[in-house]
Amino acid sequence: MAFFKLVKMTSTGARIGMGMVLITMLSAVLAPVIAPYEEAEVVADVWLPSGEGHILGTDQLGRDLFTRMLYGARNTIAIALLITFLAFLVGVIGGLLAANVGGWVDMLLSRIVDVFMAFPALILSLMVLSIVGSSIPVLIMVIALLDSTKVYRLARALAMDIEVMEFVEAARLSGEGIWWIIIKEVLPNAMPALIAEFGLRFCFIFLFISALSFLGLGIQPPTADWGSMVRENAGAISFDIMTPLWPAGAIAFLTIGINLIVDWFLHRSSQIRAQ
Amino acid sequence: MNYLLSIRNLTIKGRSDEAWVTLLDTISLDLKKGEVLGLIGESGAGKSTLGLAAMGYTRTGCRIAGGSIVFDGMELIGAPEEELLALRGSRIAYVAQSAAASFNPAHQILEQFAETPVQHGHMNFDEARQKAESLYRRFQLPNPERIGFRYPHQVSGGQLQRAMVAMAMACDPDIIIFDEPTTALDVTTQIEVLAAIKEAIRLRNTAALYITHDLAVVCQVADRIMVLRNGKLVEEGETRCLIDDPKKDYTRALLNVRRQKKETIPPAGDMVLEVSGATAGYAKSQNVVEDVSFQVRKGRTVAVVGESGSGKTSLARVITGLLPPSEGQIRFKGEVLPSELKGRSKEILRRLRMIYQMPDVALNPRQKVSRILGRPLEFFFGITGRANEKKVIELLEMIEMEPEYYDRYPSELSGGQKQRICIARALASQPDLIICDEVTSALDQLVAEGILKLLQRLQNELGVSYLFITHDLATVKAIADEVIVMLQGRIVEQGSRDEMFAPPHHEYTQRLFCSVPEMDPDWLDHLLECRTGETLGFFKKK
Repeated sequence: MAFFKLVKMTSTGARIGMGMVLITMLSAVLAPVIAPYEEAEVVADVWLPSGEGHILGTDQLGRDLFTRMLYGARNTIAIALLITFLAFLVGVIGGLLAANVGGWVDMLLSRIVDVFMAFPALILSLMVLSIVGSSIPVLIMVIALLDSTKVYRLARALAMDIEVMEFVEAARLSGEGIWWIIIKEVLPNAMPALIAEFGLRFCFIFLFISALSFLGLGIQPPTADWGSMVRENAGAISFDIMTPLWPAGAIAFLTIGINLIVDWFLHRSSQIRAQ
Repeated sequence: MNYLLSIRNLTIKGRSDEAWVTLLDTISLDLKKGEVLGLIGESGAGKSTLGLAAMGYTRTGCRIAGGSIVFDGMELIGAPEEELLALRGSRIAYVAQSAAASFNPAHQILEQFAETPVQHGHMNFDEARQKAESLYRRFQLPNPERIGFRYPHQVSGGQLQRAMVAMAMACDPDIIIFDEPTTALDVTTQIEVLAAIKEAIRLRNTAALYITHDLAVVCQVADRIMVLRNGKLVEEGETRCLIDDPKKDYTRALLNVRRQKKETIPPAGDMVLEVSGATAGYAKSQNVVEDVSFQVRKGRTVAVVGESGSGKTSLARVITGLLPPSEGQIRFKGEVLPSELKGRSKEILRRLRMIYQMPDVALNPRQKVSRILGRPLEFFFGITGRANEKKVIELLEMIEMEPEYYDRYPSELSGGQKQRICIARALASQPDLIICDEVTSALDQLVAEGILKLLQRLQNELGVSYLFITHDLATVKAIADEVIVMLQGRIVEQGSRDEMFAPPHHEYTQRLFCSVPEMDPDWLDHLLECRTGETLGFFKKK
């Protein structure tokens, strides 16, 4: 019921966004039911245009593109979302803690983050993945850790601004503990910016995974994901074949959907804040 | 009659929550050359909206719904934007409340002075520099040849405000609109700026709209006063007539607002707070609080008076443990108080509470009233659930607010209501001492009066003591039993309120006291005549 109440409060943009995300989610969940073929089944000739039997045509190995799009939604969304959540969990806790405690805790955490940020993320993850070997759990851990440094920076900067507000001082003077202040006083006020960042970061992680896949260290073939599908079929564009546009469009579709929801959320929370 | 500015039946609406709200309701005014019209009212009265409208401008989200604005024969409503741009800054100038926020911190003061006249083609940069210099000299700014080459953060607030008045004069405008130009300043600085404004108006026979919430200030400069409330005209009249014989109750209330006085009670009661020889500073070499000693008794109010930078707030931080003193001792209820916040027990924290100046930032915008007030009850007394709700409603009653506010967010409350919630939050833990840091400074005068009355009533009922930090002497008169005057971190004078308000005064106290504007149109002129050899010599030349 609460969900319907929430939907009722939303703007048109947010509803469209929710619809877009819902479609993607449904196709991910129902992939085995809807998909006409197996995920990695070679069914026809290479790069067929869309037509009978293959709604979206076939890919560079002659697999059904529609099938792979559905399975791709599964892998991509699940992995990218999980990574984003993990990155935010680590980054936000670290950032808020550093801003609250200050002193050597802040110093230590910030310098560790600096070290991580000093290396280009792609090179560092290539290094780690080629040493440890690329499996999905390792992939998730590595990207989440790398991205948490950026979230840490943002969370710390936001919290620094909020920490100096008098309501935080009032809580401190009442003798409230660190975690109470962080979770009840600071975090709710940092939330709008963090949520906006969540939408953006999700998209970046999405693209980062596909970059790794292209280099052979991301999600391993024959597992389908949208990012690598774009890369693998990119050559088709020069033959006037529109195959890579479908997965690219799907990425855009989901990204726009998420950002529409984020926008509405931002608008709503800024209304609470405005005096 | 040929008026310079003539506004007829002006109605302005603003958009708020999907609906149009009337900000100004059929306001008319006329301004002759050389005349100063004071616009007075509380926040939300529409003063600033009217001031901006006089330049043919409305803030985003507002629209002019009707009426006309005629400046020197030209209708401003619907006039092309280029023509309006040619007028603004050149023939109509504007002086904003906060000079610090209005100057661009990345450019020198002189560059910003020269921008408008050079852009409008009135003069080249060199002429602008000479003009600035002569204006700076007239306004008694120190080192007029050099000050223009400083950046805004390198000069004091009062100097910056005078530089802004000079900037408004750059193109010799016909009208200057002053929007609360002295509100953010200390009283002694306010005098200097007021003097500069009077000089500016006299110099070129400029007409002016002077917007303020302080009747005592406006009657020093204005020939005529318009009282506004909620976008409507309450009363209009010549300054002297209006002050001597106000026709409307609202105007009368504004006139009487600063005349509240607490009755004198002889000192008695247990000591709640004893500060002896407290010295503290942020850096090792520089102390912001030096050798401060005083006492607060049960059920009494001690006011700490001083201008910005005098160490009042730092003193509060010393007592609350946020700024541990390097020397000296603080005793609370007879026991020595641990100097650091960390070392203090929950019981001490419960008994020593604080209320802040800005209720906007002192309340978490993401917590409802129920949570803000419920938390100290839960935290200190372990009251939860229904009992907590009942207690919160009792607290709301205590601060004269309806139970319906229980479920509101701070953004849904007015400034005065927010401050009441802050008071209730402090009271929730049943403290012995509340430190009030400028609690009425950010509020409208009538609202502030309500807060002072509330604080006094609560003191009579609950026997709580206040350490009341303020820069406003009228507030001191209304609430204090004892007074401490601070200057540069030291106490210059202290004693009972009646002693302090009667002569003889310490030199600084004298200066502070006589800088407070009085409801007398001649007050500023007299004061400036009396001050010889001081910074305001130019008025002597007349």
